[in-house]
Order: sequence, then C-alpha cells, then structure tokens
Amino acid sequence: MTLSYYLVLAAILFTIGAVGVLVRRNAIVVFMCVELMLNAVNLTLITFARSTGTVDGQIIALFVMVVAAAEVVIGLAIIMSIYRTRRSASIDDANLLKY
Amino acid sequence: MSETLPADGLLGWSWLLIALPLAGAAVLLLGGRRTDRWGHLLGTATVAASFVLAVLCTIQLAGQDGRPADVDLFTFISTGELDVRAGLLFDPLSAIFALLITGVGSLIHVYSIGYMAHDPARRRFFAYLNLFVAAMLLLVLGNSFVALYVGWEGVGLASYLLIAFWYTRPAAATAAKKAFIMNRVGDVGLALAIFVMFAQLGTTSYAGVFGAVGTLAGGTITALGLLLLLGACGKSGQFPLQAWLPDAMEGPTPVSALIHAATMVTAGVYLIARSAPIYDLTETARTVVLAIGALTLLIGAIAGCAYDDIKKVLAYSTVSQIGYMFLAVGLGPAGYVAGLAHLLAHGFFKAGLFLGAGSVMHAMNDQVDMRRFGALAKKLPVTFVTFGLGYLALIGFPFLSGYFTKDAIIEAALDRDDVWGWVLGGVAVLGAGLTAFYMTRLMLMTFFGRARWEEGVHPHESPSVMTAPMVVLAIGSVGAGALLVSVFPLSGWLEPVFGEPEEAAHVVAPAIIGLVVTAVMLVGVLAAWLFVGRREVPVTAPVRVSPVTRAARNALYADAVNESLFMRPGQWLTRALVWVDNRGVDGAVNGLAAGLGGSSSRLGRAQTGFVRSYALGILGGAVLVAGALLAVTAG
Repeated sequence: MTLSYYLVLAAILFTIGAVGVLVRRNAIVVFMCVELMLNAVNLTLITFARSTGTVDGQIIALFVMVVAAAEVVIGLAIIMSIYRTRRSASIDDANLLKY
Repeated sequence: MSETLPADGLLGWSWLLIALPLAGAAVLLLGGRRTDRWGHLLGTATVAASFVLAVLCTIQLAGQDGRPADVDLFTFISTGELDVRAGLLFDPLSAIFALLITGVGSLIHVYSIGYMAHDPARRRFFAYLNLFVAAMLLLVLGNSFVALYVGWEGVGLASYLLIAFWYTRPAAATAAKKAFIMNRVGDVGLALAIFVMFAQLGTTSYAGVFGAVGTLAGGTITALGLLLLLGACGKSGQFPLQAWLPDAMEGPTPVSALIHAATMVTAGVYLIARSAPIYDLTETARTVVLAIGALTLLIGAIAGCAYDDIKKVLAYSTVSQIGYMFLAVGLGPAGYVAGLAHLLAHGFFKAGLFLGAGSVMHAMNDQVDMRRFGALAKKLPVTFVTFGLGYLALIGFPFLSGYFTKDAIIEAALDRDDVWGWVLGGVAVLGAGLTAFYMTRLMLMTFFGRARWEEGVHPHESPSVMTAPMVVLAIGSVGAGALLVSVFPLSGWLEPVFGEPEEAAHVVAPAIIGLVVTAVMLVGVLAAWLFVGRREVPVTAPVRVSPVTRAARNALYADAVNESLFMRPGQWLTRALVWVDNRGVDGAVNGLAAGLGGSSSRLGRAQTGFVRSYALGILGGAVLVAGALLAVTAG
C-alpha cells in the first residue's frame, strides 16, 4: 500500500470542497463543502500518523472533529435564522456587512 | 535728594488724596442710576476735598523746609528677591503736581456740571473723571517707579474711557483706540525701564534707584534714560508718537482741558524731571530729549497753523508747548525748573483756553469749524475776555504767564553757550512766532470779523457754573508766570529736589531775550492779521493751496508715515502669519487627516460584503503561505 493514494484522494476531496465554497451560492452547500475540506485534512493527518506510527495526527484529527461538530451547530443555527428573516439561503444576498 | 522724614501729621493722611476721588468713582460706578441726581456733586466734592487736603499737606511740607515725607503703606509685591512696597512720596515736586491736578481738576469738575448738564450719561462722566484724578495723583505721589506705572496705566485707561465717552460716534471710538494703542507703544518703554531697574538694581523705589544708579555702567544708564523717554513720548504726545493727541479731541471738551492739556499729557515731563538723577548721568539720553522737544515744538506749531477745527488747533498747540517743556528738562539742571514752571503756567492757560473753546462750542451747537464762527466777541463777552487772557498768556504777551516761563526756557537753552544752544534757542524763538501766528488766527476767526454762523444758530453766553472756572483760570493765566518766576520762585521751592540753582552766566541778557521774543511774537501776530484778519474768511477751506499748507493740514503726514511704516507692514505681517497658519500648520494637520481618511475609505472598498470573494482571498493567502513554506524548506 502506498501513501500517495490516500494523499491524492485527500487532495481531490479538498479541491472539490474549495471549489464548492468558491462557486456555490447556497449556504447549505457551501457549508457541506467546508466540512468536506475539513475531512480531507483529517484524512491527510491520519495517513501521516499511520505512516510514522505515532498517534499525534490521530489526536489532532479527533480535535478537528470536535471543533467541526461545534461549528456545525453554530453555523446551521446562523443559516436557519438568516433563512427565516430573508427567505433565502444564498450567501450573496447576505452582503450587508461591507464598507 | 535730601533726607526723607517719616510722615506724621497731615502728611500721614496724604493717601486720602488718592482714596477720595477713587471712592467717588467707585460710588458713582457701582451706585448705578440711583446716584444720577447727585452724582456730579459728589464727584466734584471729592476732588475739591482732595484739593483742600493737598493745600494743607503742602503747607505742612513748607513748614518742614521741603524735606520730603515718605508714607509707607503696605507690601505690594513680595516674591523672593523682588520686594515692592506701596508708598507715597510727598515732596515739593509731587506737591506742585498734586496742587495742579486737584486745583485745575476741581475747576473743570465744576465746569463739567454745566457743560454736561444735558447729557444723559453725566454720572458716568464724573465717575471716569474721578477715576482719572485718582490715577493721576497716584502717578505723581507714588514713591517708586512701580507705583508710578500703576498710575500711568490708570490715567491711560481713564483717558481711553473719556475719549470714547460718546462711544456711539465711530470717530470717538476710533480716536480712543488710537490713543490707547499709541500709549501702549510708549508704555512698553517704561515697563522695560522698570525691568532693567529690577534686574540691575533689585529695587524700583525712587530712593533706591537714584541712590544706586551711579554704580551702573554708562550704557545701561543711557538705555534707562532712552526707555523712560519712550514712555514719556507716548504719554505726552511727543514725536514720533504725537499723532494720537489731536484725535483725542473727540472726547468731551472738559476732558480735553483736564487730561489732554493740563495734566495727563504733562506726565512725561514729570517722569523726566523725577528721573533727573538718571538723566544727569547720561548726556546721550538728554540730547535725545532735547532733539525730540525741539522737533515736536516745531511740528505742533506748524500743524496748528493750518487746522480749522478749534480744538485741534489747541491740541497741536499743546503738543508744541509740551515740546518746550521737553526741551527745557532736556537741558538738565539748568532747565528743570523752567520746564516745570512752564508746565504749571501752561496747565492754567491751556485749560482755560479749552474751557473757552467748550463754551464757544456750547454756544454754536457743538460746531468746531472756526470758519463757521466769527464776530463772537460781543455775543460771548465773558468767554471772549477769559479766552483772550489765556491767548495772551500763551503767546507770551509781556508780563503774562507765558512771557516769563517761555523766556526762562529760551534763556536756559542759550546759556548752554555752544552751537546747539543757539540752534535750540532759535527753534524756541521761531516756535514762539508760530504760536503767536496760529493763536492770533484762531482769535480772529472765532471772535472777530463777519459772522459766518450756520442757519439757526443763536449764540448765547454759558451759565455761570461754566464761566466761573474760566474766570479763575484766566486769573491764573495772567498771574501764574510772575508768581512762579519772581514773587514766589519755583526754583527755591524745588531746591530740595533738584539742588541749589546755580547762578547761570547769561550769554545773552534776559532783557534782550525778552525784547527779541516779544518782537518775534508781534511779527507772528501781524502776519496772522495780514493773512486772516484783513481778508474775508471763506466758509469752506480753500482747496488750491501751496504744498506747505497741504503738509501742515495733514500734520506733516504723521498719520501717513505711521500707517505706511508701522500699520501696513504690521497688517502684512499678520496676514502672512494667518496665511502660514491656515495653509502651513492647519494644512499639514488637516492634510494628514484627510490623507488617512481617503486611503482608508479606498481600502474599505475591498470589503464588498460578498463572502465568496473573502473565501477566495483566504484561499489565495493560504496557497501563498504554503508556497512560501515549500520554497523555504525546499530551498
């Protein structure tokens, strides 16, 4: 088995996530793309942890998951309240905070 | 200076001289409208009481052979090495001034009761007059230069308030400001002189300064003399600060008589005479005093010949006569007494002349243009006689005041026995001729010739409350000179101050001088009769006149010189400073603020509110950081 399969997969997942964040307007989709990027990073961490035989990477991956879970709670709540007030989940419509 | 005695008896109360008019001013100013009915009486009473007290004090002073009395009052300033005590010095010199101020002051207060009878602000007028008398007495009675300075500024303030008494008239308000500002120029000199005394001698009391002035370097003494002279020139309307005095005639006529003829403007002469121990040590400063006196004497006399405003002619005459006094005190020990005698005599006849002019204006509905007078001798007999006696005294008609005192000055100048003595004496004789010319012109245009009155003017003699002071002053004008020179010699009275008068070796016999001066005076009178009395006086001033007349009408362009030399450059300077402040200082500060604001609002444009563009920015940044890390680790 080689590391590169995992790393390439992680890179593909990260790229899909990043492109999704940049091109999609729906807040839910953008949100899921962010999760995708986080998990791509998790995959990279675990791959390297496995290859070096240490547990540091796995511990950080667990931290990332915990933080991501908390972030999902907050993020979804924000998206819900924006949707309720503006009847739209497009992130381009939520542009009041600017110069 | 002879030893001082502790003040006992009445002299210990001499502070009341100042306190009485000051209290009068305070009551009238603070009492408000409820003092309107009797305010003028109170104002007159305080000054009259001061006069009585001054007479009694002088009698006591004469009883102790003129040895000065020092009245120590209280500590005025005490900080570290600087210790100024407020005190009065009642010596023969301050005594004659106190008598002049309170005596002429009382008469003019009485006159003002009639002159200002119809003015709604009469109470305010008397309050300011009382304030002036108090300040002027402090000026002459103080025993230190600091006390003199306080009085000096006090009379400046009173003068300002009284010139601008009719403050709704723009001309009066402007004249008051002009007087105040030109006086400040002189006052700077006096203040600097006092600073020099503090710095060099550590004291400002007359006794301290005059006792130690001999220890100073020659240059310092000369500087002291010149600085004091600057102060004297400002207050006394001497060249180059003479232009404010004629404009000060915008004030009520009693003010012109009291402040701008008899007392305040002679304060400069008092200052120089008082500082005699300083001037005795510096030939340079004395020479400058002489030059200024001679120059001002001629400037005033020439300008006096051309004006048609009766009060301005008298004002230029005052400038010229004070020039005589400066010339006298500039001569040093030989001239102090002559100058002061002329000062006293001048106080009488010039105050009388101004009161007479006020009486004429009163009769002519406040007209001041002499071309609209004429033929008033019959209509105003008392005014004519008293004014005429003052006129004769001023031009030096034999055996009246001016004859004795002016001749004494000319004698003292000639006694120098050098070329400058002849020059100064010649200038003084020429001035006497010019004086005779312009005063005769004034007399002829006002009292003789054809009536050139305006429509609806019905001249009437003034009430007796106004004529009585004029009569008293006329008697003084006639007798003062003989009294001061022969009967009751001023030189003997002032001996404790200026020392024993040395019997001068006369270069020219006084009798010859008297004849020459009288002859020149008669030539002046004759010239005036030829130019003015013989012909019809036009109602409007002729426009086509010689350049000399035009220059004299503009007072030898003193205002123009002041404006082009000082006022305009001053305005340019202030305008340039305002420009530098607005464009330079404010520009730098405002420019910095505007630059920061502009650039931040331009940077703020990046905050578009589109989340995806922020995300792109973050991604780009992350890629950049990662790329940099790779480059560093790989390299």
